[in-house]
Amino acid sequence: MNAQIAIFLVQDGLTNGAIYALLALALVLVFAVTRVIFIPQGEFVTYGALTLASLQLGKLPGTAWLLLAAGIAVTAVELAQALRLGAAERIPGILFKYVIFPAAVMGLAWWAAPLKLALTLQVLLTLIVVVPLGPMVYRLAYQPLANASVLVLLIISVAVHFAMTGLGLVFFGAEGSRTPAFSDAHWNLGVLTVSGQSLWVMGTSLALIVGLFLFFEHTIYGKALRATAINRVGARLVGVSPAMAGKLSFTLAALIGALSGILIAPITTIYYDSGFLVGLKGFVGAIVGGLVSYPIAAAGALLVGLLEAYASFWASAYKEVIVFTLIIPVLIWRSFTTHHIEDEEE
Amino acid sequence: MSLLLDVRDLCVTYGKVEAVHRVALSVKEGSIVTVIGPNGAGKTTLLAALMGMLHARGSVSYAGKEITRVEPEQRVSRGLCLVPERRELFATMTVEDNLVLGAFHRYRKRDKAITADFEQVYQLFPRLHERRRQLAGTLSGGERQMLALGRALMSRPRLLMLDEPSLGLAPLIVRDIFRVIAGLRETGVSILLVEQNARAALQVADYGYVLETGEIAIEGPSADLASDPRVVESYLGLVAGNTEKAS
Ligand SMILES: Nc1ncnc2c1ncn2[C@@H]1O[C@H](COP(=O)(O)OP(=O)(O)OP(=O)(O)O)[C@@H](O)[C@H]1O
Ligand SMILES: [Mg+2]
Repeated sequence: MNAQIAIFLVQDGLTNGAIYALLALALVLVFAVTRVIFIPQGEFVTYGALTLASLQLGKLPGTAWLLLAAGIAVTAVELAQALRLGAAERIPGILFKYVIFPAAVMGLAWWAAPLKLALTLQVLLTLIVVVPLGPMVYRLAYQPLANASVLVLLIISVAVHFAMTGLGLVFFGAEGSRTPAFSDAHWNLGVLTVSGQSLWVMGTSLALIVGLFLFFEHTIYGKALRATAINRVGARLVGVSPAMAGKLSFTLAALIGALSGILIAPITTIYYDSGFLVGLKGFVGAIVGGLVSYPIAAAGALLVGLLEAYASFWASAYKEVIVFTLIIPVLIWRSFTTHHIEDEEE
Repeated sequence: MSLLLDVRDLCVTYGKVEAVHRVALSVKEGSIVTVIGPNGAGKTTLLAALMGMLHARGSVSYAGKEITRVEPEQRVSRGLCLVPERRELFATMTVEDNLVLGAFHRYRKRDKAITADFEQVYQLFPRLHERRRQLAGTLSGGERQMLALGRALMSRPRLLMLDEPSLGLAPLIVRDIFRVIAGLRETGVSILLVEQNARAALQVADYGYVLETGEIAIEGPSADLASDPRVVESYLGLVAGNTEKAS
């Protein structure tokens, strides 16, 4: 291996690692706020990639139907709850958010799909279709059992993961898709060739990470999410409802997932079930950070990306094995270096 | 004056154990009402139930509306606010962020007066202003009590429920806290005060209840309570302080 290849592998590894880092951050966020280990994160990656691929073929993406169906299911659940609590004033809001909005998105996608709009508009439309599925999944699958143990929530996650993978097969079929690169540009800097595509990926990831940081530090909703993660009872007492916090964190996770899918789709061929492995690599990163530390999770995910790049060069058949075996020494190391912090009171 | 809070027949159970039994209680708009009683009487349980944090049977009406099935977050946005016994601060956030979150429901309503309220809270507790960049978990016990009260004030409560605001405080700070409580009434806030310090509570309150093993044992205007022999004996000690409040 010469320097040129080594540098190329670093670039490749950091490009994928940036995407894993985004996913790792989303997993840490969702776990901190809701205690859910969000296995279906990978399905949002798939949905993002395949929705964009459908739009590029001028086809109505299946996720638009899924949004409509999920919206109707949420409407039923929400209406039942509103009636039980005698809160009739909530009904117009429910109908707007979960019937009219999904229907409007459906109409928009229907109209826009055959037009083959510019790439940025297609990306935007993809996000509008996929991201609202996040809070709906929370409402349907997790909110009814929000106070259950981490283990029960994990089991729900596994179920949601399989259901969403299955729906992916139904709506997108078994063929894989690959979207064209955002940029074909290449720059030669001595031995190093920088591709426009990897700059796009790293730039977008970095922008998103900075955006998340600003959101958590400087907005009232970001602070509300942190507060819920720190002290659920305290958060309720200042009026932050766990359901609101849950939906908001799932919205962010869906946004990050879908964007990751859009970023990764030009690099790898995505099938209906590919998201899982991508998400899992983000998960390894999140585990390195103990599911609590954002910076360590992001660094761990970058490490996963680099390891993967070198593994696929030396032993490409074993690259997944090598990456996932990493988790064992990491867990051993963490079990020695961290002590369990009991819930702090006062 | 109208009733701001009217509680009837309130029962709260933990599993099979009934901690609050058929409690009836009311708070007039603009008044201070205190609930005193021995350890384990159910005072904290009562306040948690009034906030909606615990499931309760019976009826709770607030500002003329039945709120028995309203969620705590909704109660907060209607002006009900609880400073719980355990304070429940956001330990790894700054003092300032804790205060900001106190006004969470007002940010959602785009309330313009929030900045002015910051000034007011900092004026009330200059110590919090000095330490506004410090993490809440690193504050001293007394500073935490101030922060808990400050965070509650940031929500602009109409009915403020305080669970032992003087817990673990030096006498001087206790006096300050009670002065703040009395001052709040002047600004129109109604207060439901749970206290171990019965003497101070009865001094500041207009009306009082004695809760014993989950039931209201005695009630009356606080001046009457302060001279009631049963209260004097059990809660005020032998040296009765019944002359301190003459209203
Ligand atoms: N989560 C719980 N599960 C079971 N029993 C509880 C629980 N919380 C409180 N209790 C019991 O309910 C009774 C009332 O408790 P509560 O905390 O309301 O008393 P209190 O009047 O606030 O006492 P103190 O003055 O010591 O704060 C006590 O006997 C207590 O042991
Ligand atoms: Mg108590």
